[in-house]
Amino acid sequence: MIARRLTLLAAGLALVAGTFAWAGPRAAFLVAIGVGFGLVLEGLRMGFAGPWRTVVTDRDARGLIAQLLAIGATAAVALPLLAAAPGELIGAHAPVGVGMILGAFVFGAAMQVVMGCGSGTLVNAGSGNLVGLVALAGFIGGSFAGTLHLGFWSGLGSLPVITLQGVAGSGGGLALTLAALALVGYAAIRRADPGKRLPPLRLWVAAGLLAVLAILNLMVAGQPWGIVYGLGLWGAKIADAAGADLAATAYWAAPANAERLAASVLTDVTSLTNIGLLVGAFLAMRWRAAPDAPPAALTLPSWAAVLLAGLVLGYAARMAFGCNVGAFFSGISTGSLHGWVWFAAAFAGSMLGLRLRPWLLVARPATPIVERPA
Amino acid sequence: MTATQPAPSRPIVGFAALALVAAIVALDALRSPAIDPFTVPPPAALGSGQAPGGAHCSAG
Repeated sequence: MIARRLTLLAAGLALVAGTFAWAGPRAAFLVAIGVGFGLVLEGLRMGFAGPWRTVVTDRDARGLIAQLLAIGATAAVALPLLAAAPGELIGAHAPVGVGMILGAFVFGAAMQVVMGCGSGTLVNAGSGNLVGLVALAGFIGGSFAGTLHLGFWSGLGSLPVITLQGVAGSGGGLALTLAALALVGYAAIRRADPGKRLPPLRLWVAAGLLAVLAILNLMVAGQPWGIVYGLGLWGAKIADAAGADLAATAYWAAPANAERLAASVLTDVTSLTNIGLLVGAFLAMRWRAAPDAPPAALTLPSWAAVLLAGLVLGYAARMAFGCNVGAFFSGISTGSLHGWVWFAAAFAGSMLGLRLRPWLLVARPATPIVERPA
Repeated sequence: MTATQPAPSRPIVGFAALALVAAIVALDALRSPAIDPFTVPPPAALGSGQAPGGAHCSAG
């Protein structure tokens, strides 16, 4: 086992060193930060979709409280940083709109079907969950397809971009963000059963590490942690290789996106952290003395449902200007109102997804062993 | 209680996920221009004096 762990350590370092040689120091830092995200999320078993489920089904608020702690700790540093360096750092700010709310609701539902959000799908795939891998393939296709129709969904009507710091000033925005997080946490704790209210030490550590990594991501990339943009770019790269004329689409003709499409994927900050995240989850899974048991195989229609749910997950995340990371975690921690609206809509969708999951995912029964007569 | 079949083992699926990402990076490497080491951005955006690219999930 020691040899395997040394090999894993060497593989992680080789990935970072190789990225440094190929794409420079910023890319290497971002891959390393992504590996850190994967190690924390898989190694300390922190997630987003699972805690949203257990807070409803088991009256267990511990995972959700850990998320709120991580977001609050990130906001406490990110908002002053954004105020201090407005020309170098940007927040995850997007407008609240009809398409955005609908997308967040649908994302929440699909997230519970595949038991993985944006980061969760990458973590699940990297840690060897076949449902996660199939959903990831769908997510890539869906987030690319979403870019083709984003103009339509945005055109359904939206408010201007609103940030809490824009409304109440830098200090006021942070105070409002922390107060709102505390309010949500208080409501979750009040609803939870005794013994399921405050996170165990493992989740406190995970929340603190996630916050440190998210702040590093902001300082190095110049923008907050995200997932969906990178996956949509991967889909666009595949479509471009297959001959699609993406220059004719509004989204990929926009200068920032056209530049990313033309350049190496290793120049895209979100792709770099996505790659690192998946690799980090793989390393954490292989680090264990014995990997967890694989999930049950599904029936063929259920695999098709997982692929479709992954597609919907990606498409809806694009409509909603982000997933649980880009909109919920990074939106709220950088003061965007759309992060809060995303949270409310996705949580409502999540409750619908909990009801859909047993209908859509059916485990394949084991084939009985028939012994031949002697 | 009905017995169910397990999916392929976690290491196998994990390697398949790595292979998927490696294939995407390899496909991109074949089609995109090589990165010029003399024009890569500074190690961190903070303190660089450069505006971020703006390619983020929250951008329209």
